[in-house]
Amino acid sequence: MPNDKNSQKIVDIIKNAARKHSLFVLAYGTGCGAIEIPPTMTSRYDAERFGIRGMATPRQADVLLVTGYLATKTLKRVIRAYEQMQDPKYVIGFGSCTINGGMYWDSYNTIKLLDKYIPVDVYINGCMPRPEAVITGFIELQKLIAEGKADGATKYKENLDWYRANQKKVIKNWNMPDYNW
Amino acid sequence: MDTNSWISILGFIATVVLAFTVGVSYGGIVRKITARIQNRVGPPVYQNFFDIFKLYSKSTAVNHGWMQHLGPAFAITASVTSLMFIPVLNGQGEFWFANLNFKGDLIFLLYMMVFGSLGMALGAGQTGNPNSAIGVSRGLSQMVGYEIPWVLALVALMLQTKSTSITGIMDYQIAHGTWMMFESPLAFIAALMAMLGMFHYAPFDVTFAPAELSSGPASEFGGKYLAMMMTSGSIFAFVKLALFVDIFMGGASNLIMLVVKTFLLYMVPVLYGIVSPRYRTEQSIRYFWGWPTLIGVLGVLYVVFVR
Repeated sequence: MPNDKNSQKIVDIIKNAARKHSLFVLAYGTGCGAIEIPPTMTSRYDAERFGIRGMATPRQADVLLVTGYLATKTLKRVIRAYEQMQDPKYVIGFGSCTINGGMYWDSYNTIKLLDKYIPVDVYINGCMPRPEAVITGFIELQKLIAEGKADGATKYKENLDWYRANQKKVIKNWNMPDYNW
Repeated sequence: MDTNSWISILGFIATVVLAFTVGVSYGGIVRKITARIQNRVGPPVYQNFFDIFKLYSKSTAVNHGWMQHLGPAFAITASVTSLMFIPVLNGQGEFWFANLNFKGDLIFLLYMMVFGSLGMALGAGQTGNPNSAIGVSRGLSQMVGYEIPWVLALVALMLQTKSTSITGIMDYQIAHGTWMMFESPLAFIAALMAMLGMFHYAPFDVTFAPAELSSGPASEFGGKYLAMMMTSGSIFAFVKLALFVDIFMGGASNLIMLVVKTFLLYMVPVLYGIVSPRYRTEQSIRYFWGWPTLIGVLGVLYVVFVR
């Protein structure tokens, strides 16, 4: 039954509480921002106390953490990794490069706004963001999940044609498998 | 059905619930201890309950063929079936939650305990992921390694107690007022060294090696399948610990003793693992075929010729 507080069902509130406290992260670290992930995960800043834990494959992960710029070549791999993840899934864009291209604004082969290609739930800005900022971004995502507002995956399914058109515009040799999830 | 059947069915359910709760809590405590040793705060001890609940509530839209769907089911079946043959508690001469004991169940357990890994190997093989294939071959090679000292230790126990059932070995310990770890210490040492491999903690985590194999056999399993594998792993950890407590440490007369004994036993592979790096596969097999096997053979000879 819907709860009048924030119009979530009670079962969703319980599920979202569990999802919020257990975020398995797939860090896609080809940009320079990846250097901030090890201190976030290890002893100094210890993201594991919030239930944030690195995972090795897209199948097991909940959060795709895109660190830094994406060349059109790596964008293809990111899309593939994102589509292999299981629902519910979230994306965090990390660093200025995912927001407006950052220092790669003039580059001929990097994308500028990540949200045009895969749905981003939370952005962490900065060039590059320190581990404190990364953890703040994760806590922001946890708040969105608890309120049931982190619905990037649903948006992606509903507007798949728009996202596909954008993706195919920059990826010239499109030979990806079709997923019917 | 009469009252006794209902009581035994309730016993089955209670055993599974107990094994799940204890196994998952131990997983959380291990993560906390690891964190404290690495000078971190670490996740809360109930973190693994959150993880498993979240994974069960995820959708799972991966299809590589039906063996892939059966693999995790095999794993959980093998864990629960093995659990059914372990007497959890012993009172004055009688066994509570003895469940499905029969003569020769120790030999049956030897087979049943590898069934889950073989099922997972079939399931992981069908996913077609190269990391899974490498992980499976590594895991089965390592199993060949640690099974030898483990079986030698059990043979020593069976020869000494003239019994092939777990309750028989527990009866022997109660009748002689001692524990098998003092009666045949060589067998205990060999079994303990084999246990390091059974728990897949470092340095023997060649199967799941997240940094080089991206979690090996589990790499293509997400969502509910991963949850089933975690559940089965937690139950199976409890199975192994309870079996060790039953046959080497005289069983446990109440829940508190059970928790104390299994926890102390669990700390051996965990603490050894936290401070160790990872072996390569052939190093790991060579380790098990070296001292543990020799000690196991000596344990059998000790029982045959000295006692």
